[in-house]
Amino acid sequence: MSSGQASTLRRTALYAQHLALGGRMVPFVGWEMPVQYKGIVEEHHAVRQRVGLFDVSHMGRLELTGPDAASFLRGLVTYDIAPLEVGKGHYALVCQEDGGILDDVYVFRLADERFLMVANSANADRIRDWARQYLRPSLQATVEDRQAETVMLALQGPDAHRYLARLVPPLAKGLRPRGCAEVSLAGVTLFFSRTGYTGEDGIEIILPSTAGIILWKWFVEHGVQPCGLGARDSLRLEAALPLYGNDIDTTTNPFEAGLGWVVTLDDGADFIGREALLRIREAGVQRHLACLKAQERGVIRPGHAVLHSGRRVSELTSGGFSPTLGVSIGMAYLPTELVSVGTELQVDVRGRPLRAQVVKRPFYKRPKAG
Amino acid sequence: MPSPTDRRYTKEHEWVRVEDDLGTIGITDYAQDQLGDIVYLELPSPGTQVKQLDKLGEIESVKAVSDLYSPVSGELVEVNQEVNDRPELVNQSPYEEGWLVRVRLADPAEVDKLLSAEQYDELIAQAQET
Repeated sequence: MSSGQASTLRRTALYAQHLALGGRMVPFVGWEMPVQYKGIVEEHHAVRQRVGLFDVSHMGRLELTGPDAASFLRGLVTYDIAPLEVGKGHYALVCQEDGGILDDVYVFRLADERFLMVANSANADRIRDWARQYLRPSLQATVEDRQAETVMLALQGPDAHRYLARLVPPLAKGLRPRGCAEVSLAGVTLFFSRTGYTGEDGIEIILPSTAGIILWKWFVEHGVQPCGLGARDSLRLEAALPLYGNDIDTTTNPFEAGLGWVVTLDDGADFIGREALLRIREAGVQRHLACLKAQERGVIRPGHAVLHSGRRVSELTSGGFSPTLGVSIGMAYLPTELVSVGTELQVDVRGRPLRAQVVKRPFYKRPKAG
Repeated sequence: MPSPTDRRYTKEHEWVRVEDDLGTIGITDYAQDQLGDIVYLELPSPGTQVKQLDKLGEIESVKAVSDLYSPVSGELVEVNQEVNDRPELVNQSPYEEGWLVRVRLADPAEVDKLLSAEQYDELIAQAQET
């Protein structure tokens, strides 16, 4: 953790590694994180073409254990995780009573009575406190915060599986998509999942901090490009993955965000926000998160107004330059009548109207493995 | 690395290299490093009249957009087409291949108002201390 100079920002166990690699450190939701090393575009291409490595240790990691862990967790998230197989994970949302989104998370089942929930760094403490608040003393379940003692790495790209095979031969045949496994290596327990936030194939790894530093160095020594938050954002945007705080937050509901697929309302199980979400599903949505692609030069960014026939209809929640497409892309909530692919819009970029068009989601889809 | 001494600099991190009455203009290595990967350049067309320290155009990087200011007054006579097609040239070679525009100087004495390489290096050294 932080040492030396006074700093109100938290640091992951890999801080010294980032500095040694020439990482440009910036504040990010209370953490001091590398935004880039070599450059955002170069790191972006490395992930799309080969493999890149991200330090995501600032993300929340909660372990929920006990006979009631499954039903407790089911009550906390929108997706029915109770039937999740051991060794599988699923995307889910944590909602508040009114259906607004508190966080988007990933839930993994490590054992019948043991789950791992990975939360956004911005919400890590909030989600942990939320879970503990809802954990009635009568329930046989515990919530442990694993963030401080572990490191989390994201190894992403078409070549990621090769490193997994070298590191853990038993996993050489690979994990199933969204599959996970705990493996013992040199006396250390490592968690692997075939998940990520880049739109490429890849794995995420959680392990104790000291071993995590050794593993990070091993990847870098073996030619993996370290990648920062800048590339992480451009990659996820191309994959049209929502960013909490930009595309989803407590003022957005899952259906208008296109996340109805992780809301299970018909299994009969109660969860926080269920009543509100039933009503919202019944009523239908007035707006929907859409993908916009610039039709001319310039970069559309979060906050830029979106116009239709000269009338302001929305503003971008996400935006930036797409290195893979060579053009600017973004996302915005549009009135449902404007959401069809091909709708012509304008984005106000510093007073200049920039032509944009609604396109099919996602902007980029990785080629099917040969 | 010290900034090249064959040119003069503005506080806004542009440089001008003068040969006779023609000034070649670009941004400094410090500027391209601060900007990050450059993706678009908005530059005026040949024939445009420019004034010293007036806004010349915009440089857009992945991170942000930055205004470009002219170090000299005069008529813009040439735009580097290479950087239009390959903006990354400005990051890779800010002092050579990544030049932006050429201006026919209206008043060569204006250049004396700009910073020397030494003065510019002092400026950025101070900026990096804060």
